Amino acid sequence: MTITTDPAPHPAPDGRAAAVWAAIKEFLTFGANSDPNAPKSWFYRHRLPIRIAHWTNAVVITVMLMSGLQIFNAHSALYWGQGSDFAHPLLSMTAMQNPDGTLKGITQIGSWHFDTTGVLGASMVDGQMQVRGFPWWATIPSPQWLAMGRLWHFFFAWLFVTNGIIFALWAFASGHFKRDLEPRPSDITGLPREIAHHAKLQFPRGEEAKKYNPLQRLTYFAVIFILGPLVVLTGLTMSPTMDAAFHFLPWVFGGRQTARTIHFICAFSFLAFFIVHIVMVILSGTWNNLRSMITGSYEIEGGGKP
Amino acid sequence: MTDGATRRSFVIRGVAGISALALAGCTAVSQQPWIDPLLRSAEALTKRVQRLFGGSSSLAQEFTKADIAPMFRANGTLDPGTAAYQKHAAAGFKDWRVTVSGLVDHPLSLSMDQIRAMPSRTQITRHDCVEGWSCIGEWTGTPLKLILALAGPKESAKYAVFRCADPMTDSDGDGVNDTDFYYESLDMVEATHPQTILAYQLNGQNLGIEHGAPVRVRAERQLGYKQPKYVMSVELVDSYDKIGGGKGGYWEDQGYNWWGGI
Repeated sequence: MTITTDPAPHPAPDGRAAAVWAAIKEFLTFGANSDPNAPKSWFYRHRLPIRIAHWTNAVVITVMLMSGLQIFNAHSALYWGQGSDFAHPLLSMTAMQNPDGTLKGITQIGSWHFDTTGVLGASMVDGQMQVRGFPWWATIPSPQWLAMGRLWHFFFAWLFVTNGIIFALWAFASGHFKRDLEPRPSDITGLPREIAHHAKLQFPRGEEAKKYNPLQRLTYFAVIFILGPLVVLTGLTMSPTMDAAFHFLPWVFGGRQTARTIHFICAFSFLAFFIVHIVMVILSGTWNNLRSMITGSYEIEGGGKP
Repeated sequence: MTDGATRRSFVIRGVAGISALALAGCTAVSQQPWIDPLLRSAEALTKRVQRLFGGSSSLAQEFTKADIAPMFRANGTLDPGTAAYQKHAAAGFKDWRVTVSGLVDHPLSLSMDQIRAMPSRTQITRHDCVEGWSCIGEWTGTPLKLILALAGPKESAKYAVFRCADPMTDSDGDGVNDTDFYYESLDMVEATHPQTILAYQLNGQNLGIEHGAPVRVRAERQLGYKQPKYVMSVELVDSYDKIGGGKGGYWEDQGYNWWGGI
């Protein structure tokens, strides 16, 4: 900043500004609905293997999703069964020409048709409207380039699987799975209450904040131990060599095209998880959460339950 | 500056830097000279592991007549369009020959009648395109293994290279492709696999021109681009480095993986 007219670019904070800043700091550290007057203490929340696996996944899943959308764009339609019923896709993103010659992007799901011009079916690439499923900003690489999308996808797939296996082995061996991730009957029965708490942005405090809450446990378990293996297995079912080696793969998933559709649903489940995850990270103490996933240290409102 | 301001400006600059890097990543990284070989390094691992599971004899699933798609989708070249090919098509491919050469003891030149006279295999299989779609069809043809056995492959043969009648590039801009003929390669494991056939029939009919008439490769554990149409010759080689663009096939020369099992 080069504002020279003001002799005091950093005026001494008056009472109100200080209070606002304190509230922001409080929110960034302890999230919504916290008690600024509660005593604080430090807690070692995430061990190193968790932190490494987490940030590896953050990069790897992003690349997998975006390169996956590039691959999807090569044939932007989904089917059920072994073969493709080209006339009746479950979902498709296509383009048609308006009377004035411009392109209209259409997304079809079952018997519904939506005009999704600009995002799905037809979108701008370098100032030109082009026929493509997902837009340039959603794919790796950005231009239509199936060969390169496949290179990214199959390289990062190895990282995804390796990271997942190492994490799972460590989680079982270290007790992390038993202590933090394994769902308990009480998690299911307590689910409605937990969802209500999350919706009201009432997050666990004090001792309660030292462990995953039931909703976290169920979500992390489902994402890591159900969604993860499912996305890998449906991905492998699209490989003709894997299908020859393991006939049960296309059998289990009801065909290669069904597997491709489930793979697509899995990818968007990861995206949905990611969005909710980010929102929760922000609302429940952004900086505190980020720090605990980087250094392991987490600040809690100590002194027992509020 | 206070510590807080320093930290904030660091965070802001950091976020800006990471965002710029991510955006650049999406557009430019794929064009970096080092990225292609790095990403491609996974291909050998993928091939090795898939071969470990698939071996030389695991069979692609075969289906029943009820599973056959009403219309088998034709993809890639739909008509080679050259004068030479049109002449063959007009004559019902009676003078079409498939030569077998390279690292063999007895080079061959087989007519379609000779190929049809050999023992045949009929298989109802799922065709998997690299684009993502699948189609089920019934293919009839001569196991490539039998043809290669007639020619007597030498020990040193590592790959079967197929050369085709369909040109992929329009060199004089007249709207008709005239050069850069399609070619492909399979290694000997895939070339001698029991389901790898030189197919001359689809769903009980002679191959239509859009499906690769008069004869195409079916390699059922591989993606579609590994199964060339309009096959004119099979050459056994120990390396494909000096053929075409040196990557083992037309699409491989355009950047696609040589390993087409996934």
